[in-house]
Amino acid sequence: MSDPKIDGFELKPGFKGMASDTGSDQTMFKGVHWGKAMMWIFLLSDTFVFSCFLIAYMKGRGSTPVEWPNPSEVFALEAFGVPVPLLLIALMTFVLITSSGTMALAVKYGYERNRKMCGWLVLATAIGGLTFVGMQAYEWSKLIHEGVRPWANPFGAAQFGSFFFMITGFHGTHVSIGVIFLFIYAYKVFAGHYESGKRGWFTTMKGDYVEIEILGLYWHFVDLVWVFIFAFFYLW
Amino acid sequence: MSDEYENKSGYQAQSSEALTGSAGSTPDMDYVRPAELPEQDLYHGHTFITKWVFCQDAKVIGVQYFLTAVFTGVVGLILSWLMRLQLGFPGLAGFITAEHYYQFVTMHGMIMVVYFLTALFLGGFGNYLIPLMVGARDMVFPYVNMLSFWMFFVAVAVLMASFFVPGGPTGAGWTLYPPQTILEGTPGSGMGILLMLISLALFVIGFTMGGLNYMITVLQARTRGMTLMRMPLTVWGIFTATVLAMLAFPALLVSAIMMTLDKVIGTSFFMPTILKAGEVLEYGGGSPILFQHLFWFFGHPEVYIVALPAFGIVSDLISVHARKNIFGYRMMVWAIVGIGALSFFVWAHHMYVSGMNPWFGFFFATTTLIIAVPTAMKVYNWILTLWRGNIRINTVMLWCLGFIVTFVNGGITGIFLGNVSVDVPLSDTYFVVAHFHMVMGIAPVMVIMGAVYHWFPLITGRFLNETLGKWHFWTTFLGAYSIYFPMHYLGFIGVPRRYYEMYDSPYMTSAVGMNEFISTAAFLVGAAQFFLIFNVIKTLKTGERAPKNPWKANSLEWHTSTQPPEHGNFGERLPVVHRWPYDFSVPGAKDDFIPQTTPPSEVAHTKVEKT
Repeated sequence: MSDPKIDGFELKPGFKGMASDTGSDQTMFKGVHWGKAMMWIFLLSDTFVFSCFLIAYMKGRGSTPVEWPNPSEVFALEAFGVPVPLLLIALMTFVLITSSGTMALAVKYGYERNRKMCGWLVLATAIGGLTFVGMQAYEWSKLIHEGVRPWANPFGAAQFGSFFFMITGFHGTHVSIGVIFLFIYAYKVFAGHYESGKRGWFTTMKGDYVEIEILGLYWHFVDLVWVFIFAFFYLW
Repeated sequence: MSDEYENKSGYQAQSSEALTGSAGSTPDMDYVRPAELPEQDLYHGHTFITKWVFCQDAKVIGVQYFLTAVFTGVVGLILSWLMRLQLGFPGLAGFITAEHYYQFVTMHGMIMVVYFLTALFLGGFGNYLIPLMVGARDMVFPYVNMLSFWMFFVAVAVLMASFFVPGGPTGAGWTLYPPQTILEGTPGSGMGILLMLISLALFVIGFTMGGLNYMITVLQARTRGMTLMRMPLTVWGIFTATVLAMLAFPALLVSAIMMTLDKVIGTSFFMPTILKAGEVLEYGGGSPILFQHLFWFFGHPEVYIVALPAFGIVSDLISVHARKNIFGYRMMVWAIVGIGALSFFVWAHHMYVSGMNPWFGFFFATTTLIIAVPTAMKVYNWILTLWRGNIRINTVMLWCLGFIVTFVNGGITGIFLGNVSVDVPLSDTYFVVAHFHMVMGIAPVMVIMGAVYHWFPLITGRFLNETLGKWHFWTTFLGAYSIYFPMHYLGFIGVPRRYYEMYDSPYMTSAVGMNEFISTAAFLVGAAQFFLIFNVIKTLKTGERAPKNPWKANSLEWHTSTQPPEHGNFGERLPVVHRWPYDFSVPGAKDDFIPQTTPPSEVAHTKVEKT
């Protein structure tokens, strides 16, 4: 989006601008859609949720007396007869980050009112997310076949399984919810609800392309969280 | 206040005609820049269900929250009666076993802190007052707001269901410390604790939906002229408490999820290796201290989630009923924000005896004592607001005065407990019980009562009866002191809390009379609340009708198109704000109050300050 124009109010850059926005009436974040502001604050709250999970993981890993399993061995995948460490995770991360790219493009085309491109890109993002969830399901089932359980695991500390399934499960739930919404939004884009301003079935609020951007914020957040989970679980 | 508001910071004076929309008679000193946003799109319900049940009007949602919270509060009150029955007169009520007693303690604590006080202040007062006070038509996401209440309702239903499951509700203490909480032997360690954890998770989800609404409404949906520094302190208190809740509840959610997994599928997040009757349990390798850290990272901000709205509301009530501007408005705002920020750095003062590193304790003792500074500033400012004010000693003011006294009392014992060396001998005694009941039980309840008497005419259009109100106040105030003052003494002689009975311990002999006295007082104080219930019923039937703006207050909620306000709050046109809400007894003014909507040109001859 380009810079908003506020009638009777001069937007200034930098810290001074922030101070004058904060001191002004009506809105603190000038020109920011309510839904967008809401998503940012929700994501801040969600950041605390994931931070609590990851800090608990660090504490749990530190306090268990049993040895922590070696991630390069546990997460290795056999490719052409050779075990390649972190192969599946690399693929999963690549797919998820790529879907962030398609999401960003979808937002751009949405604001340009390019209905077709926007719709296809939202759909591509949804498929990327679905692929990620599918690969995660494969990884889970592989680990379960190898005997890893939330309460025990053959490679070392039981907490490894507990934290792994809980945190990737919580993240996977986030991705799945995102995928569901992406499919719904793809339908809404193709059906032209954001151009006609058709009212939402539940909320009765008028449709607008800003909704794509709001969902995009959520999607980028989910990807960013994955980067942290990736670093803490697979690289540490 | 902000002197540079109109001239320096980018507000270019344009012709006022285009801006106010009226014929160009308004002088330029009344200039307020035009609305940034179009009118809010509201969904007006037409059927009974969309108007009163699944309603999207924040005022109705506020009342729904209020009534549900009061219902849980009554349950909590009855539980406290049962506890006092056992403590004051052990064995008199044979049906109260030790297990029951622990269940009462646990459910009383959890209900009062989370489901009663938090829901009532943020869900009840927040929903009703925020849109009205900042001059918005409704919350910014009415549909999400409606979901928020119903999620809370389900959370309460799940919590209440735990009374009726096999084994009863959890009896682990409201802090739910593992490993004991989920092990056999603790009452309600089966279904009870599970329902408690599910209910807490639902509460957090429901609250998050509401909290987003409160925050965005304050930040992005204020009316023309309403700057942050012109908001009533009520809004500041509720807003800051909401910010705290949005950042603190995640820790509760995470600990609830982890404990549920420990309970249901046998993970060992919080469970160390445990020997039970000579056998090693399946659990092992977890950290119980981790739970305590997570819990109190939520638990301490939670104290301020309850206290900050009370601070804000009481500031407004005192100012209105002492006919004086609040002393040091900016200091009050910054104190609220400062307390809110500091509240995230004091949590481990609940854990001095948990076995963590003692040096860690001294860090938290320091931060705890620092937080007393902004809190004390607020108390001084309330007293200085009263100083030489034109005080109306009505029921509302009595509750406010009661609050100040009680809060100072509880605050001072807080300084005792904040110091590690004093806390260690006092921890887990009745001194702690007396402290936190004074500071976050009685004090906020006093504010709630004052707020009910104050805003009842707005919500229903009728005054509550003053005589009954005064009876209600004096019995509650004196009774509460009769309960909690002796409890400090019980703590000093070392009576431990959460004990079902003292049996033949030396405490029995010296404390028995006092326990009987406390229990009797507790029965009376609980019963005194029926004054209020009776008063409400009587008022709704035959109460005196309130004129518009009966207390002659300045803030926007009293200046709506109708009283009680309708959906949309302000009729055809949103109000335009020109000043803060505390212009009382301004020299030279016609009345002793100048509403926020009064333009400067109308009061140019008075000594009103620019705010």
